[in-house]
Amino acid sequence: MANETSNGSSGAPTNVGLFATCLVDLFRPTVGFAAAHLIEGAGCRVHVPEQTCCGQPAYNSGDRRHAQQIARQVIETFEGYDYVVLPSGSCGGMIAVHYPDLFADDPEWNRRARALSAKTFELTAFLADVMKLDAAGLDAEYDGTATYHDACAGLRELGVKEQPRELLAAVEDLELAEMADTDACCGFGGTFCVKYGEISTDIVARKTANVVKTGADLLLAGDLGCLMNIAGRLKREGSSVQVRHVAEVLAGMTEETPPIGESFEDGS
Amino acid sequence: MSAHAKTASGRENILGAIRRSLGRPALSTDAKRDLNEHITKHRANLVPARGKGEHGELVERFKEMAEAAACTVAVVDGETAVPGAVADYLRANNLPTQVTLAPDEWLSGLDWDGQSLLDTKSGAAGIDDLVSVTPAFAGVAETGTLVALSGAAHPTTLNFVPDYHVVALRASQVVGAYEEVWARLRKANKQGRGFTMPRNVNMITGPSRTADIALTIELGAHGPRSLHIVLIDDQAGED
Amino acid sequence: MEFMKPGAFKENANVAMADENLRSAMTMLNGGMIPNRQGAVDRLPEFEKLSQRGRELKDHVLAHLDFYLEKFERHCKASGGHVHWCSTPEDARQAVLKICRSVNAKSVTKGKSMIAEEIHLNAFLEQHDIKPVETDLGEYIIQLAEEPPSHIIGPAIHKTKDQVSDLFLKHHAKLGRTERQTEPQKMVNEAREILRRKYFEAEVGITGANYLIAETGSSIIVTNEGNGDLTQTLPKIHIVVTSLEKVVPTLEDATTFLRILARSATGQEFSAYTTISTGARREGDADGPEEYHVILLDNGRSAMLGGELQDMLRCIRCGACMNHCPVYQSVGGHTYGTVYVGPMGAVLSPALLGVSGTRHLPCASTLCGRCEQVCPVSIPLPRLLRQWRERSFEAGDVPVAERWGLSIWAFFAKRPWLYGPCARLAMRGLAYLGRKQGRMRKLWFAGGWTRGRDLPAPEGQTFQERWAREKRKEQRKKVSG
Repeated sequence: MANETSNGSSGAPTNVGLFATCLVDLFRPTVGFAAAHLIEGAGCRVHVPEQTCCGQPAYNSGDRRHAQQIARQVIETFEGYDYVVLPSGSCGGMIAVHYPDLFADDPEWNRRARALSAKTFELTAFLADVMKLDAAGLDAEYDGTATYHDACAGLRELGVKEQPRELLAAVEDLELAEMADTDACCGFGGTFCVKYGEISTDIVARKTANVVKTGADLLLAGDLGCLMNIAGRLKREGSSVQVRHVAEVLAGMTEETPPIGESFEDGS
Repeated sequence: MSAHAKTASGRENILGAIRRSLGRPALSTDAKRDLNEHITKHRANLVPARGKGEHGELVERFKEMAEAAACTVAVVDGETAVPGAVADYLRANNLPTQVTLAPDEWLSGLDWDGQSLLDTKSGAAGIDDLVSVTPAFAGVAETGTLVALSGAAHPTTLNFVPDYHVVALRASQVVGAYEEVWARLRKANKQGRGFTMPRNVNMITGPSRTADIALTIELGAHGPRSLHIVLIDDQAGED
Repeated sequence: MEFMKPGAFKENANVAMADENLRSAMTMLNGGMIPNRQGAVDRLPEFEKLSQRGRELKDHVLAHLDFYLEKFERHCKASGGHVHWCSTPEDARQAVLKICRSVNAKSVTKGKSMIAEEIHLNAFLEQHDIKPVETDLGEYIIQLAEEPPSHIIGPAIHKTKDQVSDLFLKHHAKLGRTERQTEPQKMVNEAREILRRKYFEAEVGITGANYLIAETGSSIIVTNEGNGDLTQTLPKIHIVVTSLEKVVPTLEDATTFLRILARSATGQEFSAYTTISTGARREGDADGPEEYHVILLDNGRSAMLGGELQDMLRCIRCGACMNHCPVYQSVGGHTYGTVYVGPMGAVLSPALLGVSGTRHLPCASTLCGRCEQVCPVSIPLPRLLRQWRERSFEAGDVPVAERWGLSIWAFFAKRPWLYGPCARLAMRGLAYLGRKQGRMRKLWFAGGWTRGRDLPAPEGQTFQERWAREKRKEQRKKVSG
């Protein structure tokens, strides 16, 4: 990560607060580094302030009070950056769409939430839409066929659909095979996957069936929750399809860690 | 069950509850005037492009859409050809030839006796009637929909009870969009400053169908198994 | 299958997911309804705009609902109809009964009506020695099976063809139909022939209404089979059971909804039969009912106005939300244990029945948002589901374990200085357990997850820990270099 550069054209660096999300922080740091690498590659300076969670588990469980407390903390932590970028549409949607909602009755916090919302982006949308990253400049290759799952919140709350595909098109030797119902939920749903584990499993089994049908050897998505869910199910089914966060492929970091749910001891 | 359940003033209870929830009293006279204007102007909302166009184009679209809805359509040169076209259709499809005609002046006035194959009567449909022939009020191009108005000359049962329904429609009756039918209806049934609705306005798009058994589409669930349209090209002869 | 209770949602779901017949029926649903709707929407470039206009119209009507209902009543009466205002299901049942008794009705035919389901009309009529005959093929099938509907437009969508074959054989044998039919066409025919006489025998025909028109005092039904028209034309009396929010101002406004309804529901350009009914038969008419009654049901709807739930009253009952719902696709309609199912049911049922017994309905959703995306009147279903979750959380209906779990998690989430070290420790532990396989097949505290899936193991160190170390290294390099 030695290529932290200032923005050549204007001189002043674009400061990006990277919200890794709790799942990436805990389970898959490589995604955080991949995101940082890509954001830096787009000419920004990346900052990782001390962080926990966006508050979504409380919000979606009806626990508004805790959700607000955590949201205030996130706003305070991140509002000083030019942009906030997350390798997750779900947590991105929480900040960009739901924070203003959480403070509907509190004008001051609502204003701050809106301000933060306006500069919060999911990673691939940030790269493609905000930084207009020339995908041809990506230094990445993957020799194989991938399929891309559209995670719900990114797709429907933030409009993430074409951006990851455009970026993936620039990955050398990578072929994209679309699955059926790529926009259907994988059944993760945050706490849903444990509260209603059987239903969640049934839903993800439809997703893995569609994944397998494509013949792809790699499944990608932009949300670690969905990826762990789909990977967990694929592994339980004994499938050989590998699973990675899209950022790992785009950043050319697939050598740094085994695919999600695969042994840390075989490979490197 | 609420405490109000059995009172005679269900109406006042409900209207009161609505106003309480909306946080306002009954509307003022001025407010009502505006709303009344919305009702009396009956302005069209958005009419899709496919409901607009040259009349010839609309007739073509009507035919196309009706066929897409599983109707069959036969085009004839003039109204005198209608009885023959009905007979041809029934013969070609091996259908019964006892036909119940709508007691409509125009329809009855056609030369049915000239068709020796057909055995016609007129009136509402009974449980044993298998074939009906009716006129229609309009045809709508945007979805190939027929519109029938009930009345003494147009019993509703003819549209639903028989197994096979044949409709004689003049091309000049084809309009682009549903809204044009409402305009024609208001004009035809004008009464005082307003208009009267018939008991039934039937918008019919193809024969009866169901997908209630394993999502397989089957025709002839309860209404007609087939809907045949004899489309009369009356444009040239129109006066 | 017994009518299941909404409180037992999880148990119901497990029964449903183990039912092979249901699974194969649901697979058909997924494969058919979704592409059909998409095709119809794609073929009409103005669909989105119409949908937007429909939404505005509904909002307008709801804000002036008293006005439009009074207007509807006046015009309905002027054309010889009767309007019965009913606050509760019991009011509505009694109103229907009174009308049936006025002609000593022995049997009533019924078109498909969700309001009739909502007020449990069939059981009530039977208790009073009036035989209700469902005529919509799907409703007829579930009436034979003694089941509630599992979908608002396809009530028997959970039944496979073979199950219907068995049902018909069982119930039609006594009518002399002793051959088991296996072709859908033949089964449809058999039902057609059996029901035909019933239309002519019934003294009363009951239908629902998709819309009421204030301008004309009319009701509209949208059907494909033609059963609704036979039901409302042949008997002496036509009763429409409907609810307050169905009213629209004019024929033109109804038209806007008609353009989006069938496309959203079945993917048809237009349903086979759209019928506007106004009053009783006119002088000189050769057919049609002699009386026309409209039962206007409130049942909690007026209380939904003016608040967040008002949006739910825009619903036009197309069923697109359930067709596209991953949870509905897995568990089917009966699991909900309520008349209205899927996302719209999960929002509406707590309003009609109270949230405490229906708590699972709004919770059992991934909030994926596909329902809102396909809703033709843009009801923010995920937001409303979340709102019910908040209400039930505030009411203390949430299980203790869940409440505690959230509190403990929030305790850490609010204290990054404490969260960091604890997270580092926990992830080291998990990584140790899963390192070899890269995943865990079992984890004592995550059974909900691991029963059907492996849990991928963490890499070991947390991102923040590694990031801080990298940064320190860079600093050192800069200093020394």
